[in-house]
Amino acid sequence: MKVIATALAISISFLAVSVVLAHTQNAGDKLAAGAAPKYDPVVYAELQKAPEKARNRPNPLQNDPDAVAAGAILFGQHCAECHGDAARGGKKGPSLRAAEVQGAAPGAIFWILTNGVVRKGMPVWSKVPEPQRWQLVRYIKSLGETAPATATESAAPQP
Amino acid sequence: MSSFCRLVLLGFFGVSLLSACSPPPALAQENPYFVAYDHYLEEPGNLEIEYFSTFGTQRNGNNFHAYWAEFEYGATAWWTTEFYLDGQTTFHDSTIFTGFRWENRFRPLKHEHWINPILYAEFEDVNGADKILKEVVGHDVEADKAGLNAEARAEREREFELKLILSSNLKGWNVSENIIAVKNIKNNPWEFGYALAASRPLALKASAKRCTLCPQNFVAGVEMYGGLGDRHSFGLHDTSHYLAPALAWNLPSGWTLRISPGFGLNDNSHKFLMRWGVSREITGFGSMVSRLFGGRK
Repeated sequence: MKVIATALAISISFLAVSVVLAHTQNAGDKLAAGAAPKYDPVVYAELQKAPEKARNRPNPLQNDPDAVAAGAILFGQHCAECHGDAARGGKKGPSLRAAEVQGAAPGAIFWILTNGVVRKGMPVWSKVPEPQRWQLVRYIKSLGETAPATATESAAPQP
Repeated sequence: MSSFCRLVLLGFFGVSLLSACSPPPALAQENPYFVAYDHYLEEPGNLEIEYFSTFGTQRNGNNFHAYWAEFEYGATAWWTTEFYLDGQTTFHDSTIFTGFRWENRFRPLKHEHWINPILYAEFEDVNGADKILKEVVGHDVEADKAGLNAEARAEREREFELKLILSSNLKGWNVSENIIAVKNIKNNPWEFGYALAASRPLALKASAKRCTLCPQNFVAGVEMYGGLGDRHSFGLHDTSHYLAPALAWNLPSGWTLRISPGFGLNDNSHKFLMRWGVSREITGFGSMVSRLFGGRK
């Protein structure tokens, strides 16, 4: 009986911790229906932290004709949950169409993908093989080619 | 008591089913390991529900089929917590619930490095009939599992388990080393073990078309694990060791299938272990639970 009681207590605490964390994660989730979320430019500051060596790495798949299509599929599988299906920002992640991202070097985006921003909730994505991360970078950069990013997309601070 | 136990299990099953049916799936990028851990934690807010089985041959006893359900939750990007429920069927004997485990993994470093450490802490409350072989430590040998369930279940094992997980990526390969230390809360000495593993996706570049059977969805690898004795008799004598090739298939629907035939490397080991498992990653579980309790949509 003691074991079962302990198991139940652990399950309840597990659920309680989930709820608390979920509330915390949703704290900044005040999106008007249909509107692109606004993000404080500070969230993009991580891109500036990429070491110069990493920033200067060229995308080896820059001229791969399949990279954008493959990257789009990977984006849907791994990134859309947080950054939104159209990469305009979502519940947890900022817009990737913002000028800060579109103006960043491919190597800096790759560095963020590889290292995550662990203390701010973005996981490490180095479990996605390196060529796939470059395919993702190629896709993210292609978003700027099709729909030029505007400064307003990232300028307004979060409400 | 058994009906209460059934109620708890039913509750977990209900939550699992609810989770599995409602939210959108994410493609899991899982390694094929059953025993070893790499340095990747669950994505924050996601829940992974897993079922694993181990069929084991037993000399001087009956073969067995041990299984566990695992609920892995990404609390933050640097903390993953997991809850396990264990059980087993020993052929020509009985089927029993053998206990639970609660494990936590922490990522102490912010960035990726050549070697990435993860700290692991687990509490387990299982009985002596537990046969899932989630790790092999100390002087664990095949003969320990030969007893009848009725006798073995009378023995209680409440243990703290610590692991140092070291994991690296190199040219598409993941190489992981786990150093294990286990302490029974009774006066037993610290026991030690190890797990080594390497794996690689069959293709590193993703296909430009959605596909289920693409080589990048398969990850092949190998694990080796075993005991290293205890504080009083550290070393390889009277220990068991296993070598197990493993394969994972990450389906685009969010399911992952794993299979791993394992082979005992000495006379103290089970000759053959057949492991398989199925898991599904549920995205946004944390938000879903939050909404259930009136959180913001």
